[in-house]
Amino acid sequence: MSQNVVVIGGGPAGIEASRRLRDLGYTPILVEKQPVLGGHLARWDRLFPDGVEARTVLGPMLQDLDGIKYFTDTEISSINRLKDTWVVMLSNGLSAQVRAILLTTGFDLFKAEKKEEYGYGIYERVITNADLEDWFKAGAAPQFDHVHTIGFVHCVGSRDEKAGNRQCSKVCCVTAVKQACEFKEKYPDVTVYCFYMDLRMFGRKFEDLYLKAQKDYGIRFVRGRVSEVSEDLDGHLFVKAEDTLFGKPMKIKMDLLVLMAGMAPAAGTSDLARMTNISVGDDGFFVPSSIVDAPCSSSREGIFFAGTATGPKTIPETLSEAAAAAMAIDRYLKTPAKR
Amino acid sequence: MIDFGYGLTPSATLKIENVQNPLFEELHRREPDVAKCIACGSCTASCSAGVFTEMSLRRVILSLQRGREKETLPMLRHCMLCGKCLLVCPRGINTRHLILSIGKVYGPDGLKEEADR
Ligand SMILES: Cc1cc2nc3c(=O)[nH]c(=O)nc-3n(C[C@H](O)[C@H](O)[C@H](O)COP(=O)(O)OP(=O)(O)OC[C@H]3O[C@@H](n4cnc5c(N)ncnc54)[C@H](O)[C@@H]3O)c2cc1C
Ligand code: SF4
Ligand code: SF4
Ligand code: SF4
Repeated sequence: MSQNVVVIGGGPAGIEASRRLRDLGYTPILVEKQPVLGGHLARWDRLFPDGVEARTVLGPMLQDLDGIKYFTDTEISSINRLKDTWVVMLSNGLSAQVRAILLTTGFDLFKAEKKEEYGYGIYERVITNADLEDWFKAGAAPQFDHVHTIGFVHCVGSRDEKAGNRQCSKVCCVTAVKQACEFKEKYPDVTVYCFYMDLRMFGRKFEDLYLKAQKDYGIRFVRGRVSEVSEDLDGHLFVKAEDTLFGKPMKIKMDLLVLMAGMAPAAGTSDLARMTNISVGDDGFFVPSSIVDAPCSSSREGIFFAGTATGPKTIPETLSEAAAAAMAIDRYLKTPAKR
Repeated sequence: MIDFGYGLTPSATLKIENVQNPLFEELHRREPDVAKCIACGSCTASCSAGVFTEMSLRRVILSLQRGREKETLPMLRHCMLCGKCLLVCPRGINTRHLILSIGKVYGPDGLKEEADR
């Protein structure tokens, strides 16, 4: 009988690692707390930088789950060390005794309502990047029909000591530019602003997308962080920022504001860390044993990571890390257990 | 010397390598957070004084870092110490405290316009 490996979190990282482990001859037990597999990828419409449809990435992954035992709507009740194994109890009453556990619990979208000065949850016309993906996915959105001016606010709940998230979430600059272009494509007459502090277009073809946004779509980039948002009686938004390159404060009337909510640690991170006796960083994400050359190993034997559970990453980065984690687990399991 | 008929005009470039700045060093010692500013402009955008005056804390901080404080410090006289900037700074700088420290380090004269000194 093939050896079991427990994989916690059924997003891109967990699914991809499970497929790889299966291909290496193991039986992955994939545990997902939500009713469906797919993680955040299941919520996105089109992906940066080329606009590939998210379902064309996730679909084939979900078609290829033979040999993987997966449980949705299921959480981890407890994890205990027993000699050189881990005993994992699931909320559905099942349990597994394994030598290796892979943590692929991903991230939580930053709760934008925490930044009260931006008015998410207070003003109807303030939405998040994830809400906009929902709307793109749904196709028609009557809310957009009378929109003249729309703004994208970068770094919402990222790079923000007050919000308790100091890190850069990495994917939101390019997501903002992607969404700005998509919006302009659907509604060419709309004026689109991006309010940024730094534009982090780090990946291949990201800079091209930025160039296209400027040249072909006429997106107006303003270097200044939005400081506050208010609403008038007609429901228009007034957005305050400083145009730091010009050196003057400004107040712009908008019909819609999209907050680029960043990546925060997944809610269960600290519970799982406590159960397995591993550490989380001061940013709240799991800490790998080396951020340079051992991103998938933890400080404890038999506990591994992949994907955004150890910090913001793109999908291709997440998928390669999932493959690397499967290799690391395979190597570990082929080494005889120390007594 | 041959007179070519040109006067000497001061260079328009920023001589950052020449910045010798004991006052800024002193400010940095008292208020290490002054170096954390990322020039996002949130303070300026939310500033109660900024609507009617030139007040921009972002510009003040930058000019201090560049040793060109004379160009912006007089702005601080418009500051009402209301602390709104403190609420919005993403780097968590205690801007109100910083403004008070700037006043202490650069002294009352530092905040005056050139002509009034
Ligand atoms: C607005 C936005 C747009 C993006 N667009 C793109 C894009 O266009 N292209 C791109 O490359 N990247 C994009 N990304 C990044 C992409 O979403 C991530 O790289 C990817 O989702 C990471 O996969 P993951 O498996 O690590 O985490 P997740 O997708 O977060 O999946 C984690 C899974 O684990 C589950 N889980 C969490 N905790 C537990 C627990 N305790 N027990 C059981 N299950 C648990 C969750 O329910 C979830 O299903 C975007 C991100 C954001 C925020
Ligand atoms: S990627 Fe861009 S928007 Fe996102 S946190 Fe980093 S700088 Fe801000
Ligand atoms: S404390 Fe001074 S600089 Fe800050 S917002 Fe108030 S008036 Fe402006
Ligand atoms: S809000 Fe803070 S970081 Fe931003 S410009 Fe002002 S002092 Fe600098």
